[in-house]
Amino acid sequence: MRREDAAVTQARLPKRKAKLRPLFDGAEWSFELIRKVHDAMGEIAIGELGLDIYPNQIEVITAEQMLDSYSSIGMPLMYRHWSFGKRFARDEAYYKRGVRGLAYELVINSDPCISYIMEENSMTMQALVIAHAAYGHNHFFKNNYQFQMWTQPDHIIDYLSFAKSYVAECEERHGDDAVESVLDAAHALMNQGISRDLRPRPRNIVKREKERAAQRRAHEEATFDPIYRTLPEITREGAAEPTEVQSEQRRLGLPEENLLYFLEKHAPKLEDWQRELLRIVRLLSQYFYPQRQTKMMNEGCATFVHYEIMNRLYERGLLTDGTMLEFLHSHSSVIFQPTFKDRRFSGINPYALGFAMMNDIRRIATEPTAEDRQWFPDLAGCGDWMGTLRQAWAEYRDESFVLQYLSPKLIRDFRLFAVDDDAKESTMDVAVIHNEQGYREVRRRLARHYDVAAQDPDLQVTDADLSGSRRVVLTHQVRNGVLLDKAEAERTLQYMAQLWGYRVKLMETEIDTGRVLKEHEALPMP
Amino acid sequence: MQIVDRRLNPKAKSLGNRQRFLRRAKAEIREAIKDSLKTRRVAEAEGSEKVTIRSKSLREPSFSLGRNTGRRDYVLPGNEEYQVGDEIPKPPSGGGRGSQGSPDGEGHDEFTFTLTKEEFLDLFFDDLKLPNLIKVKLKDLKTPKTARAGFTTEGPPARLNRFRTMRKSLGRRMALRRPSEAEIRRLEEELAAAEAEDPPSAAKIAALRASLEHKLRLRRTIAYIDPIDLQYNRFERVPKPTTQAVMFCLMDASASMTEPLKDLAKRFFMLLHVFLTRYYREVHLVFIRHTSTATEVDEETFFRSTETGGTVISTALEEMLKVVKARYSPADWNIYAAQASDGDNFHDDMPRCVRLLDKDVLPVCQYFAYVETTHSERFNDAHETPVWHGYTQVARRHRNFAMRRVTSPEDIYPVFHELFSAGDVAA
Repeated sequence: MRREDAAVTQARLPKRKAKLRPLFDGAEWSFELIRKVHDAMGEIAIGELGLDIYPNQIEVITAEQMLDSYSSIGMPLMYRHWSFGKRFARDEAYYKRGVRGLAYELVINSDPCISYIMEENSMTMQALVIAHAAYGHNHFFKNNYQFQMWTQPDHIIDYLSFAKSYVAECEERHGDDAVESVLDAAHALMNQGISRDLRPRPRNIVKREKERAAQRRAHEEATFDPIYRTLPEITREGAAEPTEVQSEQRRLGLPEENLLYFLEKHAPKLEDWQRELLRIVRLLSQYFYPQRQTKMMNEGCATFVHYEIMNRLYERGLLTDGTMLEFLHSHSSVIFQPTFKDRRFSGINPYALGFAMMNDIRRIATEPTAEDRQWFPDLAGCGDWMGTLRQAWAEYRDESFVLQYLSPKLIRDFRLFAVDDDAKESTMDVAVIHNEQGYREVRRRLARHYDVAAQDPDLQVTDADLSGSRRVVLTHQVRNGVLLDKAEAERTLQYMAQLWGYRVKLMETEIDTGRVLKEHEALPMP
Repeated sequence: MQIVDRRLNPKAKSLGNRQRFLRRAKAEIREAIKDSLKTRRVAEAEGSEKVTIRSKSLREPSFSLGRNTGRRDYVLPGNEEYQVGDEIPKPPSGGGRGSQGSPDGEGHDEFTFTLTKEEFLDLFFDDLKLPNLIKVKLKDLKTPKTARAGFTTEGPPARLNRFRTMRKSLGRRMALRRPSEAEIRRLEEELAAAEAEDPPSAAKIAALRASLEHKLRLRRTIAYIDPIDLQYNRFERVPKPTTQAVMFCLMDASASMTEPLKDLAKRFFMLLHVFLTRYYREVHLVFIRHTSTATEVDEETFFRSTETGGTVISTALEEMLKVVKARYSPADWNIYAAQASDGDNFHDDMPRCVRLLDKDVLPVCQYFAYVETTHSERFNDAHETPVWHGYTQVARRHRNFAMRRVTSPEDIYPVFHELFSAGDVAA
C-alpha cells in the first residue's frame, strides 16, 4: 500500500456492539502486541470470513531495508545486477526528497507467506498491514487460479537463492562484464519471457536445477568436437523447399511467443551458463505474470479484507476510537481516486476500483436494486456475498472480473467514460459515457485495459534458419495501427541479436491484412 | 505464525548492486561532476554530492508500444460534462494520461541520485595520484612505531604467546604419546587391585609394574612444555609514514586580481585541498597573500579582500619559508604549495623568485603548483607574462614544480587532472 495525498475521511465510525476492551492503545507496537492482534484477526478472517491462508511469517524491517526490497522487485533475495542499484538510487532519492512515501508493507507470494512490516509504523498501521497483507493478499495468493497455475510459492525462495549463487558463481568464473551483458539482454526481453498458454510442470527446484546444470555441462564436455567449429557458413540461394522449412519450424516449435525460451533452447552461440541465466530471468518473469494480471483484484481483495477485519474488531470493542480514526484516515487515502482532470491522476487506482467492486458485490448480493436483478440475475439477492467473493477471488483475473462484475452503479459512481485517441488527429473523441447505452461498452473497454496480453505488444518468433544464414525473424502483430516505439525497439532488438549471435529481423505486420508496416534489423556487434 | 526481527540484519544489502551501477555509469557521473564543479563553493566541496546524469548506458530498453502511431482508447474516471461525440484536446505530454501508461514509469532518461562523499571522491580523483608519495614515506623514517609481525621462538617472557605455546605443546605431547595423568592413575589402580587379589599373580603384577615404570619414564623424559614449544609475539619497529601535510596557498592580492580570477584560484585550491585530505590524516592550510609585502591571513580574508599596491612575489615565498621554519619542519610535514597569480610581477623581482624557488622552496616542498589565471582574451601563446616566462626555466630544472594556465572554471578539473594524472608522476 502506498500513502496517497491526504484525502478527506468521509466514513463515519460504525456502531460498537460490545464493551470497550481494546487489544492495544497508543502508537507503540511490540512483538507481543503484533502476535495478539494477528491471532485476534485470525478468528475473524478464518473463522468468519472463511479465508484460507498459508502460514504467516511477519518480518519487521527498517526503511532502508524496505528500499532494498523495492530495488530487488520486492523479493527477499535477488542476484546482483546494476539495474537494481539504479532502482535503489532512484527510490532513495525520491524517498529522501519526500516525493514518494514508502509502502507500509510488502508481501511475498511464498509458503509460508512472508510479510514485511516497517518498524516506524504505528501499532494501528501494523494492525492494518497485517490484516491487509497477512490475511488479504495471503488468501488471494493461495486461492487465485492464476497463482496456483503459474507459481510454486513453496519453492520460490529456494529458487531465488539458487539463482543468486549461480549468478555469483558465473561472475567469478566468466567475469562480471560477461554476466552483465547477458543479464542486460535478458532483462530487455523479460516481458517477452512469458509462455501465456503453457502450464509449467511442477519441479523440485533447487536440487533438480543444480543437477540439470551439471548434466548439461557434462554433456557439453562429452560431445565436444572441434570439427563442428570448422564448418563453413552456407548461404543458400533462393527459398528452400517448403517442406523442409515447415519441418524446421516444427522442430523449433515456431511460432514461439516466449523469446527468452526460444533463445535459451535454440540460440546457436550461447554457452550453457548463458542459457541458464536466460532461464533464471525467464522463470522470474513467469513468476510475476500472475501479479500483473490480478493487480486490481489482489489489492481489492486485500483492501476489502482489512476493512472488514478492522471494522469487526472495532464492533467487538477491541479497537479504540483513536485507532479506528487513524485506520479510516489511511484507508481512505489508499482508496482515493482522483478524477482524470486532477493533477494527481495517474490512471485508475487499483485499490479504489478493487475495493469498490468487492463492496458492490456484497451490496448486490444483499440489497439489490431492480437494475441489479436485471444485470446479475444469479447474484442479486442471493445473500451469500462472502461465498461469491471467495469464488470470484479464486476464479477470475482482472480482465474477466471486470467483465463479469462491474455494475452500472459503479460506472456511474466513478463516472467512467471512454475516449478514442487517433494519433493522426489533434483531438480525442468521447466514445461512450456512463449512460444506458454505454455501460456495456465502458465495461468491455475497461476489461480490455486489464488484459495484460492485449496491452503488451504481440511479438513472436516466426522464422528461424538454423542451417543457412541463421537469421531469425520476429513478427509484431500490429493491432489498431500501434507500432513499437522505434528507438526502444531497435535497442532491444540489438540485445536480441547479441544473444542470438546472428542477424535478427523484426517485421511489424498488420494483424488483419498481413501487410508489413515497418521492418527493423539488427546484427550482433563483435 | 512467526515474527522475525530483521532490523539487525546486515545493512546495505544492495551494496553490490550499487557498485555495479556506479561502475556502469562511471563516465557519465564524472561528466556530471565536472559540470557541477562550475557552480560549487568551497564549503560544499566535502559534502555528499547530488548528481544528475543523462545516461545512455543506464537505459533499460524493452519492446513497448509507441505513443505516436495508431488508434488507442482510454477509460477515465470523473466525467462531468462530456457527451458522446464530444472532442477533447489532447494532453500536451502526448501520453501519460492513459489508464495504463508505461509499466513503472521507466523511460526517464534523466536521473538524479546522491553519491556519498567517498564515492564522489573516488570517482572524482579516480586516476590521479599524489606525486612523490613513495619518496616521502622513505624519507620520514624518524618516527617509528611498533607493529605486530607474527611470532618467534625466542623473546622476553612477557611476550610469551600462551595460546600458541600450549597448542604446540599439546600437539607434540600427542605425537610422542606422552602418557596422561589419568593413564598413570589407572595403571596404579590396576596394580593395586592385582596386588590385592587373593592369590596374587606375580606375572600380572610384574607386567603392570613394568608398564607403569615405562610410562613414568616417558613422562619424565617427554617434557610437558619443551623449549621448542615456546612461541613469542613478535613486534617490529616500522617507520611511521608522515601522515600530516601542510598546504600553502599563495595568491596575488593586488587589484589586478579581479573577482573572477580569484574565483578560479579558489577552485584550484579547493580541489587540491580535497585531494590532499584523501591521503593525509591531517592537512593544514596556510593562506599567504601578497602585494608588495606578504602576510599570512585566514581563509576569509584571503579570498575576500583586495589590497592596493604593487606585486612582489618573492615576499610571499619568503613568508612561506618563514612559516615553514617556525611551524612546519620538513622532517615531520609533507609540504605542498599552490600559487595563483595573474602573471604580473615587479620586473626586478623575477630573478629573486627563481633563486628562492631553486635554492630554498622547492627542496623542502613535495610539490609546487603554479596556476596562472588569465582572462580568456589575454590567453594566447604569443603573450607570455613575466612570471610565466621566469618560471619556465624553473619547471625545466625541477620535477616537483608544475605550471598551468586556467581561463575558465571548466579548465580547472582538466588542468588538475593533467597535473596529477597517475602516469605522469609515477615516481
